[in-house]
Amino acid sequence: MVEHFKVRTIDLATAPLRDLNAELHRQSAEAHEPMWEILNPRGAHAIAVGVDQPLAIEIRGSVGYYCGGMNKQASITVHGSAGPGVAENMMSGRVVVKGDASQYAGATGRGGLLVIEGNSSSRCGISMKGIDIVVKGNIGHMSAFMAQSGSLVVLGDAGDALGDSIYEAKLYVRGNVKSLGADCIEKEMRAEHHEQLDALLKNAGVDGVSTREFKRYGSARRLYNFNIDNVDSY
Amino acid sequence: MTYQNPPTTPRKSWTFDDYTLSEIRRAAATGIYDIRGGGAKRRVPHFDDLLFLGASVSRYPLEGYRETCSTAVTLGTRFAKKPIELKIPITIAGMSFGALSAAAKEALGRGASLAGTSTTTGDGGMTPEERGQSKTLVYQYLPSRYGMNPDDLRKADAIEVVIGQGAKPGGGGMLLGQKISDRVAEMRNLPKGIDQRSACRHPDWTGPDDLEIKILELREITDWQKPIYVKIGATRPYYDVTLAVKAGADVVVIDGMQGGTAATQEVFIEHVGIPTLACIRPAVQALQDIGMHRKVQLIVSGGIRSGADAAKALALGADAVSIGIAALAALGDNDPAYEEDYNRLGTTAGCYDDWHEGRDPTGISTQDPELSQRLDPVRAGRRLANYLKVMTLEIQTVARAAGHNNIHNLEPEDLCALTLEAAAMARVPLAGTNWIPGVQGGF
Repeated sequence: MVEHFKVRTIDLATAPLRDLNAELHRQSAEAHEPMWEILNPRGAHAIAVGVDQPLAIEIRGSVGYYCGGMNKQASITVHGSAGPGVAENMMSGRVVVKGDASQYAGATGRGGLLVIEGNSSSRCGISMKGIDIVVKGNIGHMSAFMAQSGSLVVLGDAGDALGDSIYEAKLYVRGNVKSLGADCIEKEMRAEHHEQLDALLKNAGVDGVSTREFKRYGSARRLYNFNIDNVDSY
Repeated sequence: MTYQNPPTTPRKSWTFDDYTLSEIRRAAATGIYDIRGGGAKRRVPHFDDLLFLGASVSRYPLEGYRETCSTAVTLGTRFAKKPIELKIPITIAGMSFGALSAAAKEALGRGASLAGTSTTTGDGGMTPEERGQSKTLVYQYLPSRYGMNPDDLRKADAIEVVIGQGAKPGGGGMLLGQKISDRVAEMRNLPKGIDQRSACRHPDWTGPDDLEIKILELREITDWQKPIYVKIGATRPYYDVTLAVKAGADVVVIDGMQGGTAATQEVFIEHVGIPTLACIRPAVQALQDIGMHRKVQLIVSGGIRSGADAAKALALGADAVSIGIAALAALGDNDPAYEEDYNRLGTTAGCYDDWHEGRDPTGISTQDPELSQRLDPVRAGRRLANYLKVMTLEIQTVARAAGHNNIHNLEPEDLCALTLEAAAMARVPLAGTNWIPGVQGGF
């Protein structure tokens, strides 16, 4: 038997943010309301944060700071642009931004997939810890700063100081990189990287782009242990 | 007869003393600044420079063993649905698993729980040992976000957004590779054996307006249940406290320069930030000026060693104090029982501060499995509980002597200062006078 779920609609023009998040948190594994639509976000902060169920949440408009923060399992789509820190510290699940994203997109994320269909501003993927981020446009300066693990895929260009003080995260950029940050270098695209990138692109719904168009960047691992002779790099 | 210059006693320079010269030689030999643990070791104006005025003819004291003097404190009454209730006004400060062994973290939890107070995680996430052994656990939200996840956030009893600490206001952290065991590396999502830098700024907000939104997010994630503390290193307490309250803090924690760190540059520890004594009155003034004193609770830390120190901080307007180095000492840190081991490390009991090297003979600031085994978490926890009880009795003793049936009724009126500096910083009169430098048109 096919179950037909009714979409639960919450209008933030009238409903308080606190009630929305509390209701999303109340959803249990047996919840019969897996589909949510949020109307009139009007740039509000902290929409759909801390969700921990496989809900599908469609947000009809642009959001403020930290939309989808610490998300687990849920699939959140922003039909608009996102303010700073979208999907910050995401654990799992999927966040898609149909428009552009401001600073710190996916900051410290530990898992899941963040897709930004437009551009992402500075510090995209800062301190990322396992999240995968796919940006279809360009990214700003200082992106992937201190990035620990996970992958950042950029179909457009990257700004200054990409991957500054990077640890083990993998960066794939199709366009130009304005400059690389301290200890970040271009690395060889081996078979496993083509395979990984291909899977990421497919997962993010990117068609007609070859993994051969990308360059890979990562850590030179020269700053992993403090050495006074490297002091000019800091 | 030839003139002989009579020899004078060899005289060391006050400016170039033994320590200074040894540091110059060390810097010249290595080319690296000195890193160590702990807080400021230099003498700065401190609670020792204040005295209590006991009751006399104008005030009557309370009987020590018969008349009650309550010590409980509630933290986070402003917005949180579930404020923290503590039996005593002394909490355990944030110290990381990574900097400390799992056994030490467990011992802190055990001791705090026995004494009826809270303990705090650190830069490295929450371990099951400390959650399990801590009745009340404060979860730190740090720039590195090592180990940060929503499940632990919900397991916590309160959340502490760390902006800075007294040992290094404006500085991040560094856990050197030698302390990165498999478990520490896994909790921090980093390869084993590399230096782990902790950022000095949060990755996804800057400034007081962003902080307000960040606090909103944390409240929304936890359904407004948990108190949110904001911890700042003491530098500009009046403005920082005002801004923290404006951003929505339930509790403000202010940490003076004697507060400890697991590891940072000596130059940071000794030369950045202001003494604990100097930060309390401006912090309290800030709360009073915006009508939030006692509504947003103030926790003071940095060099608190005894019930006397705690009582003086409370009298100056704090709601509670927090201890770190003193708690480690109670567990056994720097115990002369390990003098031979300390000697082998080129130091002596009482001076050991190379906590970052991971060779702590007491098993406290190490990840070495053999050394860690030296610390029995049950016994060490008991020692901490004993110490906290003594501190509490001391606070009560002083409060009763000043005529108060509640330690929170201690007030600046109960104090005088021994030095001009302390009088000016604490804004209490110099002993035997009514002179408060800088107040009443004084200079």
